[in-house]
Amino acid sequence: MFKKLLIANRGEIACRVIKTARKMGIATVAVYSDADRNALHVEMADEAVHIGPPPASESYIVIDKIMDAIKQTGAEAVHPGYGFLSENKAFAEALEKAGVAFVGPPAGAIESMGDKITSKKIAQEAGVSTVPGHMGLIEDADEAVKISGQIGYPVMLKASAGGGGKGMRIAWNEDEVREGFQASKNEAAASFGDDRMFIEKFVTQPRHIEIQVLADGHGNAIYLGERECSIQRRNQKVIEEAPSPFLDEATRKAMGEQSVALAKAVGYASAGTVEFIVDGDRNFYFLEMNTRLQVEHPVTELITGVDLVEQMIRVANGEKLPFTQDDVKLTGWAIESRLYAEDPYRNFLPSIGRLTRYRPPVEVAAGPLLETGKWQGDAPAGETAVRNDTGVYEGGEISMYYDPMIAKLCTWAPDRGAAIAAMRAALDGFEVEGIGHNLPFLSAVMDHDRFISGNITTAFIAEEYPEGFEGVTLAPDALARVVAAAAAMHRVSEIRAARISGRLDNHERHVGTDWVVFAQDESFDITIAADHGGATVGFADGRRMRVASDWTPGDQLARLDVDGSALVIKVEPVPSGFRIRTGGADLKVHVRSPRNAELARLMPEKLPPDTSKLLLCPMPGLIVKVDVEEGQEVQEGQALCTVEAMKMENILRAEKRAVVTKINAGPGDSLAVDDVIMEFE
Amino acid sequence: MKDILQELDNRRAEARLGGGQARIDAQHAKGKLTARERIELLLDEGSFEEYDMFVTHRCTDFGMEQSKPRGDGVVTGWGTINGRMVYVFAQDFTVLGGSVSETHGRKICKIMDMAMQNGAPVIGINDSGGARIQEGVSSLAAYGEVFQRNIDASGVVPQISVIMGPCAGGAVYSPAMTDFIFMVKDSSYMFVTGPDVVKTVTNEHVTAEELGGALTHTKKSSVADGAFENDVEALTEIRRLVDFLPLSNREKPPVRPSFDDVERIEDSLDTLVPDNPNMPYDMRELILKTADEGDFYEIQKDFAGNIITGFIRLEGQTVGVVANQPMVLAGVLDIDSARKAARFVRFCDAFEIPLLTFVDVPGFLPGTSQEYNGVIKHGAKLLFAYGEATVPKVTVITRKAYGGAYVVMSSKHMMGDVNYAWPTSEIAVMGAKGAVEILYRSELGDAEKIAERTQAYEDAFANPFVAAERGFIDEVIQPRSTRKRVCRAFAALRTKKQTKPWKKHDNIPL
Repeated sequence: MFKKLLIANRGEIACRVIKTARKMGIATVAVYSDADRNALHVEMADEAVHIGPPPASESYIVIDKIMDAIKQTGAEAVHPGYGFLSENKAFAEALEKAGVAFVGPPAGAIESMGDKITSKKIAQEAGVSTVPGHMGLIEDADEAVKISGQIGYPVMLKASAGGGGKGMRIAWNEDEVREGFQASKNEAAASFGDDRMFIEKFVTQPRHIEIQVLADGHGNAIYLGERECSIQRRNQKVIEEAPSPFLDEATRKAMGEQSVALAKAVGYASAGTVEFIVDGDRNFYFLEMNTRLQVEHPVTELITGVDLVEQMIRVANGEKLPFTQDDVKLTGWAIESRLYAEDPYRNFLPSIGRLTRYRPPVEVAAGPLLETGKWQGDAPAGETAVRNDTGVYEGGEISMYYDPMIAKLCTWAPDRGAAIAAMRAALDGFEVEGIGHNLPFLSAVMDHDRFISGNITTAFIAEEYPEGFEGVTLAPDALARVVAAAAAMHRVSEIRAARISGRLDNHERHVGTDWVVFAQDESFDITIAADHGGATVGFADGRRMRVASDWTPGDQLARLDVDGSALVIKVEPVPSGFRIRTGGADLKVHVRSPRNAELARLMPEKLPPDTSKLLLCPMPGLIVKVDVEEGQEVQEGQALCTVEAMKMENILRAEKRAVVTKINAGPGDSLAVDDVIMEFE
Repeated sequence: MKDILQELDNRRAEARLGGGQARIDAQHAKGKLTARERIELLLDEGSFEEYDMFVTHRCTDFGMEQSKPRGDGVVTGWGTINGRMVYVFAQDFTVLGGSVSETHGRKICKIMDMAMQNGAPVIGINDSGGARIQEGVSSLAAYGEVFQRNIDASGVVPQISVIMGPCAGGAVYSPAMTDFIFMVKDSSYMFVTGPDVVKTVTNEHVTAEELGGALTHTKKSSVADGAFENDVEALTEIRRLVDFLPLSNREKPPVRPSFDDVERIEDSLDTLVPDNPNMPYDMRELILKTADEGDFYEIQKDFAGNIITGFIRLEGQTVGVVANQPMVLAGVLDIDSARKAARFVRFCDAFEIPLLTFVDVPGFLPGTSQEYNGVIKHGAKLLFAYGEATVPKVTVITRKAYGGAYVVMSSKHMMGDVNYAWPTSEIAVMGAKGAVEILYRSELGDAEKIAERTQAYEDAFANPFVAAERGFIDEVIQPRSTRKRVCRAFAALRTKKQTKPWKKHDNIPL
């Protein structure tokens, strides 16, 4: 076995690979750019080599720099992770030449699968189902109708030079083809100056389902089931699961066997993924093959018990696969949620900055499954696993240079419902502060009826959140549980407050039992009765909820038991109550005495204050950079310009959403206090 | 007999109705609560002991003898906040517009005298149309009597003013002399002369809100220490503030049971200071991660953001925090920040509240506007305040501590008791670039040589060890262990006693 492995990557995947290498007794070498000097993967590795400035184009994807790092450290093998150099033929060849093992497929396989047209051709020849279509150019509408008939309706008419939906049309019958062909052709000519057209099968209710394959250099190849990756936002995968809630055993087997055939056809040896698009009738069509470890590989590991990175390393070392297709058994259900540094309330705008708080849920191994690498028997009911692949830590920085993914949170359970429930709980307990992130959105999807039903397509997010994500309103039952929890926590806070020193003896404050809780524009009259280790909250309609918790004031995460089931909430004190986040909802809950409630109801509703329509220079200084243009719409918190003062760079940000109407200063301008930098509509 | 008892109840009911239901409704319509409702919110339920409910004015001019409402426009007494005694007066706008008469003033003076005698804070709720013109000079005399008590009580018991309506003319000078002023947005204003007079005299057109609203006084004038959305929020937050304050200068700050671990280590603080010395970072994060339960009561949040002031608890006990904020103006000291922090430091010292100072200061702000407006004397206020403070003083330097500003910020030389520095700190006369430009002026043309000199200066002085070698820094500490170290430092200072030479009072540069 190799003695030393270099990981030509960063972030969570570098950390992930290091973990397996360490388990196998292989020393690890990390590489890092200036921006990653303090990164987790650098700390975890046995050695680390600096490879240049922050942009990946000057560090992580510069082959020479990686080769230098290899020479410098004497690494015998390189794992490329995903992205960067993972599917770069030249890199694989350079390694081969240097006599260093590439933990990935042969260069030839990378090359042949790297090209869309070639890969489709090879797939077809290997007997893999591909999207029916006509590759050649089509002369006129008659030919288009003829070809469409051969492909089968519906079909997609596509401009060869197309993009952005222009020159594209879906046709469900002959007439529509005839009509659409000319219209698309004209559109293409006008838009691209190129009116060449082709026709493809249009896949309805498309799902993205992919097959994990694993092959060795001795002609053995197997498949490890599928992953459903249909929950995507603008082609960015957000949630994945294994197995797919849609496939039946026959389809799975057919897809798996075709994938293996393809792997064999290209002489594949490593872990790889064959991506398919699957329609509502379970027809599946080859999209492409990814000749690397996929981001979402953990869900496959969780249901098969195979450590894919370990197998990749062993294959690269020339070993044979230690198991056959018959050994592969899919156990239970795994879901992965990708935590992105993107603010869902601001149209998923990337957010960078310091992670002032980062506390992932506690990881729980999937029993003996992953430990032994053996998978047999059914999953014991009630068992769940939590896995979090991450490359960041509390106090770390999310930089602008790389992928905004912070973590991949996976849960595993015997069945899909339990895995979703486990994911909900894990997300509720995941604390991330300091930057905007999509955690509330992930929670919302986990609670979405259509997702729970499994009836999903790649259009799920676009269809279910057409206006973007606007937060979650708690359903009545969930709200009542939060109300009960807030009442119980408020009682604890108030009793503590009443125990301050310096009290007037015998005239202490008595904390009452009747309260009014305000939440989500509703109010709830409740009474609270404390008992040992908790309290019982009685509602006006006679409902009673027992709340047990060891929460104390100052805890930012409360784990409560409300009426026998767990409730995990993030808690932040506000006047007379708490800001509470749970299940994707973010709400303020106020707890008042009945008299205070009466008076609070007299308070006027206030509109948010109208902030100035000018950006004023807050200090005498020099404009270093202007980040926006006239006419541009800016989001709240978006950087507008940078002012250097006292040799410090200060970023001025938009206080609210606005349109920039005028910019009065540019880089190099020296401004005094209150000079107008820009004006808004 | 029963009738006589009933008579008391009748009179009370009448007094409690203040200016009558119509005026109460009008007050509510303005989004404001009545004096008694405000007191209910401020104090523990049922704890209010009212005095002078039946006081009426004695004026007989201008038909005033026709209207003698009980209480005379102000509700006074005492009650408890979480069981601790406070005295309170609340002007009642529904009664003669809350105007101040001789008797109105006397009621306020009575509870202020009691507060000083018994050692409990005074909380004043202001909602008054001003002097009762019908009473003439008697009304002015009443103000004067209150002013004198504000002055006498200053430094004896905490005085808090909550402006919940108009407060204009001479009336503003009573709150002005109290320790803290809080305002309610959109329904309160304070000014010496109102918009009408301003228009006549200076021809400026300005609304009452612009001239003296909550935002004006929290952001521009710094007259007010904080602003709240409405009456309910304001009074809830005043309760929270009182929980931080000692009842008088005879008492130690209060201790509240804490659930936070004194030994809590915050690994993330190790990366708080960025690698690039010109990058700002949020000092508030250090305050929150040092404080018990992350609980921070900020004072003057919206003014002079380059310095942060406020109260936290360590091991349950109140500590005042002063911290440079690199996020705003690089944390530089200037007129506004020096004045803001100086007043805060003096409050803490007057009431035995220990002081914790976090330092990242590049110096004093240069410029004509600073010099013309007297940064010399204003900057000296903070220096003076730190130097005269005898409460326990613990200082942590996180990054820059340059020049005179280093000395000001509770340095060892200003009798800092325990002075810590993070390994990232740079204690020097100035930054390397500036120093080299002065020291090697003749070599300025030679970029290479200057870079060399700069590096040499950085190596020699951009660290805490030169200061530590001289004992100006007691210990260089790991950022992650700041809470633990600071808690232990204050623990060791609990018995601190420091006396200064006798004087009538000092002469701080005002």
